[in-house]
Amino acid sequence: MKQLDKHYDVIVIGGGATGAGTARDCALRGLNVLLVERFDFTHGATGRNHGLLHSGARYAVTDRESATECIEENMILRRIASNCVEETGGLFITLPEDALGYQKTFIDSCLAAGIEAEAIDPALARRLEPSVNPSLIGAVKVPDGAIDPFRLTMANVTDARMHGADILTYHEVTDYIRTGNRIEGVVMRNHRSGGEEVRATADVVVNAAGIWGHLLAEKAGVSVKMFPAKGSLLVFGHRVNNIVINRCRKPANADILVPGDTVCVIGTTSDRVPFDSVDRMEVTPDEVDVLLREGTMLAPSLATTRILRAYAGVRPLVASDDDPSGRSISRGIVCLDHAQRDGLEGFITITGGKLMTYRLMAEWATDMVCRKLGREGVKCVTAERPLPGSEKSEDTAKPATAGGKASAGRHGTLAANIASANELDRALVCECEEVSVGEIEYAIKNLHADNLLNLRRRTRLGMGTCQGQLCVCRAAAILEKHDSCTERHLQGIRSFVNERWKGMRPVAWGDNLAEAQFMAWMYGSVAGLDSLNPTEEMK
Amino acid sequence: MDFQKENISRHNFEQCTKCTICTTVCPVTPINTRYPGPKQAGPDGERYRLKNPEFFDEALKYCLNCKRCEVACPSDVRIGDLILAARLSYSAHKPSLRDTMLAETDIMGSIATLAAPVVNTSLALKPVKYIMERTLHIDSHRQFPKYASTKFETWYRRNAEAGQKKYSRYVSYFHGCYVNYNYPALGKALIGLYNAAGIGVRMLERERCCGVAKIANGLVKEATRDAEINLTSIRKAAEDGSEAVVATSSTCCFTMRDEYEHVLGLDNSDVRRSITLATAYLSRLVERGEVKLVFRKDYRRRIAYHTPCHMERMGFGSYSVELLRSIPGVELTVLGPNCCGIAGTYGFKQENYATSQAIGSKLFAEIEREQPDFVATDCETCKWQIEMSTGAKVLNPIEVLFEALDVEATRRANNLTD
Repeated sequence: MKQLDKHYDVIVIGGGATGAGTARDCALRGLNVLLVERFDFTHGATGRNHGLLHSGARYAVTDRESATECIEENMILRRIASNCVEETGGLFITLPEDALGYQKTFIDSCLAAGIEAEAIDPALARRLEPSVNPSLIGAVKVPDGAIDPFRLTMANVTDARMHGADILTYHEVTDYIRTGNRIEGVVMRNHRSGGEEVRATADVVVNAAGIWGHLLAEKAGVSVKMFPAKGSLLVFGHRVNNIVINRCRKPANADILVPGDTVCVIGTTSDRVPFDSVDRMEVTPDEVDVLLREGTMLAPSLATTRILRAYAGVRPLVASDDDPSGRSISRGIVCLDHAQRDGLEGFITITGGKLMTYRLMAEWATDMVCRKLGREGVKCVTAERPLPGSEKSEDTAKPATAGGKASAGRHGTLAANIASANELDRALVCECEEVSVGEIEYAIKNLHADNLLNLRRRTRLGMGTCQGQLCVCRAAAILEKHDSCTERHLQGIRSFVNERWKGMRPVAWGDNLAEAQFMAWMYGSVAGLDSLNPTEEMK
Repeated sequence: MDFQKENISRHNFEQCTKCTICTTVCPVTPINTRYPGPKQAGPDGERYRLKNPEFFDEALKYCLNCKRCEVACPSDVRIGDLILAARLSYSAHKPSLRDTMLAETDIMGSIATLAAPVVNTSLALKPVKYIMERTLHIDSHRQFPKYASTKFETWYRRNAEAGQKKYSRYVSYFHGCYVNYNYPALGKALIGLYNAAGIGVRMLERERCCGVAKIANGLVKEATRDAEINLTSIRKAAEDGSEAVVATSSTCCFTMRDEYEHVLGLDNSDVRRSITLATAYLSRLVERGEVKLVFRKDYRRRIAYHTPCHMERMGFGSYSVELLRSIPGVELTVLGPNCCGIAGTYGFKQENYATSQAIGSKLFAEIEREQPDFVATDCETCKWQIEMSTGAKVLNPIEVLFEALDVEATRRANNLTD
């Protein structure tokens, strides 16, 4: 058992966008913060969604409040997270089988929620976005965009750390330290040291663990009723569209196509799933069918574009407090002070909401923490203060190499810290996504990365067409220089390749299957990973 | 559930399975570390360029367009075409005066042949070479091919045209700029060889440069204009009864067969099969027993054959090799699959000279080891490069076949009488 020396003002549980955002906000307000995550940052729903910078238009007709929150946060994120945002714009298209009458309701609702929405001529829509279904009969332009949740989360983590926050990844909260009706800290299991127990104390504990927050609340003896809703998505091999394409109708399955970085993503499905399945989501053939069928309605060329992989995330739907049956779902942000609600001191749950509103959720949670600590005097600055990497830069010179341009795109102004002086620094580890040796080294030293999956989430290593075929062994060799446990990195390769295969399996046909087979030969047979005794999967 | 049948990528670059064999055969990658290699520059880079043309990397100019990557690719990805198309679409580099001069072979050739003795003497002078290097950045090591004082076309009209009418079957000869302006002897050899076999050789109604140099130097509009003129003439020739359009330059042949469609986007599918190489066409006739070649008994030579990159791409190498092997007194060695490094106008540019020579070094070393009587190859720029770098004499296989041919015996064997 290990007891951390420091006593914290606040411990934030959950390394997704909300947890990282809360840790940052608390740190910026001068609190002593510990951020804990059971595996790696963005391991949960943050790393498994569309990456859509919602304008809020999707909710305008059905949920005005969420729509307004979205557009406000949308404009804020463009300012503070410019490096994570692509200002692509969005289209809501009406197809012949949709009622064109809905378009007017839609535009009126958008305008009422403060979302710019302009009907444009279908011919203009086809010119703006050549991939769009040419049979469209109506189009509305809205300020949608793309946002990279991995970068966004890491920028929050980095800023929290720069403002004194302590960070523990691979530490899973298994219990709380409590005295009477007061939570005074957490008991964690360190997955990296064979399950060693680690204890940390704090005045307030914030539960920002997404769908896993349901279980963490249960452990604290309070009930926050959540329902896991599975959303499946398909990633295509390259960008078919450069503008977000949505269907102008009541929100339904697979009606958003988002261009993000080098790929585009169609999604999502939405199905309630049992709690015991949330840690092993797999995409079914039926879901692939729905995604592909509906996707080709938005952009017909998806039918003849290579699918890289399929993945699924779990949305935490939260039952409204005033309806204990759980039938009525709260769409908005849920910020619970368990002292008021359940008589449990020192414990807050922040949930509901969306990736888009992570900052606002963090602000609400931090406001509540400050009230509890009696430190209300300090103002929240996260709506104005740019995240690391997104600061305005004086230096407008563009890197010469393609790899340099790619890493500048990923790390913004922080890319200046990536070594590129010599040929080795610039040599590519991941060729599909143009990740250099320098960028891998940077991630290892600065972004809490010590395994291959961490590196993927920090850099896009292995996220391209070859799904890790060529880069994992190179990246493992670099990791090995920093931590010479060869066995761990070999297991890491095995685990990484299996994780990639999990995403490829639902779409394993044609060129994908050929490539997966090639990869299996390379790693399984030639490199001998088949003869490795499998250990626990890397997370 | 039909989605597995329906979702098959139609994007050629998405057929890449990242096996990287292309990069292992690329002649530039091991020499020039600034060049990202064909896989990266081609299918990988294409995804980024589709995202944003800003990701175009000017280092793609180091590609020789040798297409060895395409020959090696097990998935039929047109890697070289992807790289070339990206350069033509996105490069901010505009062709310089030097590039235009090197690429405008027809204009330069027409002027130079008017004053060939003066031009040839001047181009060989050290001060002139020095000035060209300093002002135009044309490397002073390079020896420009000598210009002929009479163009091949002129010679043909005056001396050969009338005689071709008597052959019942005939081909159209795409002589190319080199034969026309610099080396009419090769064209004359072709006529001598084909005529002896009973095949007439006519000219196209209008012939322009195939366009390879213009494509390489970014002059797409000019290349397209020339290509359209050539295709019109080729179609006309086919209608008139010409059996094929044969070229003695593998690069001219390759450009018209493949680059017209893949790079310039011109539909040549109706005539593509009729555009071929002089050795390929002849070889098929011999194989089918339609013509016979009889060679001189006293012809004894040790020859080393170099397969030009574009020959490899067309898969035509064996035609020239088999014809040369059919000469009884020839001892033939086929040199290894290495690029000579010149890549047309590439090697003439001062900034590429060192790379060019480094790429060719394996080939040069092999020739020096072999010590053949001469080297044979179907590409004129390979010829210049090998002659300059090894001192070996280089002949086109057509010239060798004609040199070794027993003309009278061949005519008799093909039942030709005067």
